[in-house]
Amino acid sequence: MATPAASATAVAPVAHAVEIRDLHKHFGKLEVLKGIDFAVEQGQVVCVIGPSGSGKSTLLRCVNLLEQPTSGRVVLEGVELTDPDVDIDAARRRVGMVFQQFNLFPHMTVLQNVVIAQRRVLKRGAAEAERVARENLEKVGVSDKADSYPAQLSGGQQQRVAIARALAMSPALMLFDEPTSALDPELVGDVLTVMRKLAEEGMTMLVVTHEMAFARDVADRVVFMDGGVIVEDGPAAQVIGAPRHERTRSFLRRVLDPTHTDV
Amino acid sequence: MTDQSTATEPPGPAGPPPGRARFSPRKKQRISRIVQYVVLVAVAVFLVLRIEWGSLAENFAKPDVAVQAWPDVFTVALKNTIIYSVGGFFFAFLFGLLFALMRLSSVLPYRWIAIAYIEIFRGLPALLIFLLILFLPLALPGFEVPGGTYGQGILGLTIVGSAYMAETLRAGLQAVPKGQMEAARSLGMSHARAMISIVIPQAVRIVIPPTTNQFVSLLKDSSLVLFLGVTGEYVELTKFGNDLASTYSNATPILVVGVTYLLVTIPLGYLASRLEKRQGRGR
Repeated sequence: MATPAASATAVAPVAHAVEIRDLHKHFGKLEVLKGIDFAVEQGQVVCVIGPSGSGKSTLLRCVNLLEQPTSGRVVLEGVELTDPDVDIDAARRRVGMVFQQFNLFPHMTVLQNVVIAQRRVLKRGAAEAERVARENLEKVGVSDKADSYPAQLSGGQQQRVAIARALAMSPALMLFDEPTSALDPELVGDVLTVMRKLAEEGMTMLVVTHEMAFARDVADRVVFMDGGVIVEDGPAAQVIGAPRHERTRSFLRRVLDPTHTDV
Repeated sequence: MTDQSTATEPPGPAGPPPGRARFSPRKKQRISRIVQYVVLVAVAVFLVLRIEWGSLAENFAKPDVAVQAWPDVFTVALKNTIIYSVGGFFFAFLFGLLFALMRLSSVLPYRWIAIAYIEIFRGLPALLIFLLILFLPLALPGFEVPGGTYGQGILGLTIVGSAYMAETLRAGLQAVPKGQMEAARSLGMSHARAMISIVIPQAVRIVIPPTTNQFVSLLKDSSLVLFLGVTGEYVELTKFGNDLASTYSNATPILVVGVTYLLVTIPLGYLASRLEKRQGRGR
C-alpha cells in the first residue's frame, strides 16, 4: 500500500487526531475506497487532492461516518468510531464539517445557525451560546450579518458562517469538503483566508481541495488519491513541487495548466 | 353584427394571388374571434329569452327566505363548518405527519402500514368514510367517538385528510436537501433532533401552499357531516341550507350557503397562490 507518513510513527505516544486503517467503501458493486491507511496528527493540516471520482470526498465523509465504511477502522482521538457500540453523535461533536454546498439552515438566521447545535447538543445556556456564536462570526468576518438569513448572503459569506457554525462546537478536528468549489472565483480568497488563519492557530484540519496554492502554502502534508487508493503522501512542498509518481505528476500538470491536454 | 364585420373587410383589389391561402393568418384569427363572439351573444340571447327569470328568482333568490337564514347562517352554520374543518385539518396534519414519517421510516412494517393507510383512504370516497363512522357504534359496542357529534365529524375529516396530508408532507420532507440532515448530524445532532429542529420545519414551509388548498378541500368535504344526521346546534352550512330549503320548499337558502362557502374558499385559494408565488421567489 501507500507509504505511511513518516511522521505518523514519529509522534506515536500521543493518540493520532485521526487514524484510518484499511478502509474500504463500496457503493453497490462500485469500490470507491480500496484500502486506505493514514493518520492525521494533532495540529496538522492535511490536504487531500486528486481527480474527481478518486474517492477523496468519500474518505472525508467516512471520517465522521456520514458514510458508513464497508470495512476498516476509523479512530478519532483513540475512540474507534467504526465500533458499533460507540455513541456516534457524541463523537461527531468533536469533528466540525464544512460542505461544498455550505448547507446552512435556510429557515434560521445566521446567529441561530451558529447557536442551535450549541444549545441542543452541548446544552449550553442561551447567553453563552450567543456569546460563542458572535465570537466565531467575528472571527470569520461576518459578525455584521448575524441577523440576516443565509439566502441574503453571498456564497463566500455563507461558507464562512458554516465554518463559524462548526467552530462554535469547539471541535478537535475540522473537515473541509471542497469548501471553495461552489464559490465564485472572487469569493474564494475570503474563505481561504479564514482557513489559513485557523491553520495558524493550530487547528487540526483535513481538507479536500482543488486549491493547489492553498495546499502548497498551508498544508503540512498533501495526500494524492487516485482510483480509491492513496498514491502519494508526503510534505506539501514535495508532493506538489516534486511528485514521485507519474500519476501525481500528470494530475498536477492538468490542474496547474488547464490548457495542457495530454493523458 | 355579422353583416357589419364582413362589410369592414377590405375587398382584395384583384382577389388572392394564386398559390396562396385565401386568408392570411391574421385574417383567419380575426374571423375566428368574430365567430366566438357571435356564438356567445347567440347563447346569451337564447337564455335570456327562454328562461323564466321570475320563477327562477322566486326559487333561488327569494329575499324573504334569504332573510330567514340570518343570522344563523354565520353564528351557527359557518361556525360549525369551521369547527369541523379546522379540527379535521389539525388532526389530519398531525396524523399526516406521523404517516409521512412512517412512510419514510427505515422500519419496514411502518412503511407497510403507512402505505396501506394512505392507499386505502385516498382511494375511498369521503362519503363512504362518513357512512362507516355512522356504523362505528354498531361495530364496536360501547364505543363512542370522543367529542360527540363534533368528534364524529372531525374524525371523518381527519381520516380523509390525513391520507392526503401524509403524501403532501412526504413530498415536503423529501424536498429538503439531503445536505441539511448531513449538516445537522455532523454537528452532533441525533437523527430525531435533526428531524425536529432542521428537516420538519423546512418541510412544513415547503408544503404550506398545497396544504392551504387541502384545507379548502377539507372545508368542502365538511358538508358530508350532513350524513351523520346532525341536528340543532351542530349543523354545518350544507345541512343548514338543506334544512331551511325543505322548510320553505325553496332553494334560496342553498344559494345563501353557497355564497357563504365562497366567502371563505375564494380568499383561501387566493392566499394559497400568493404563498406559492412568494415561495417561488424565495428559492
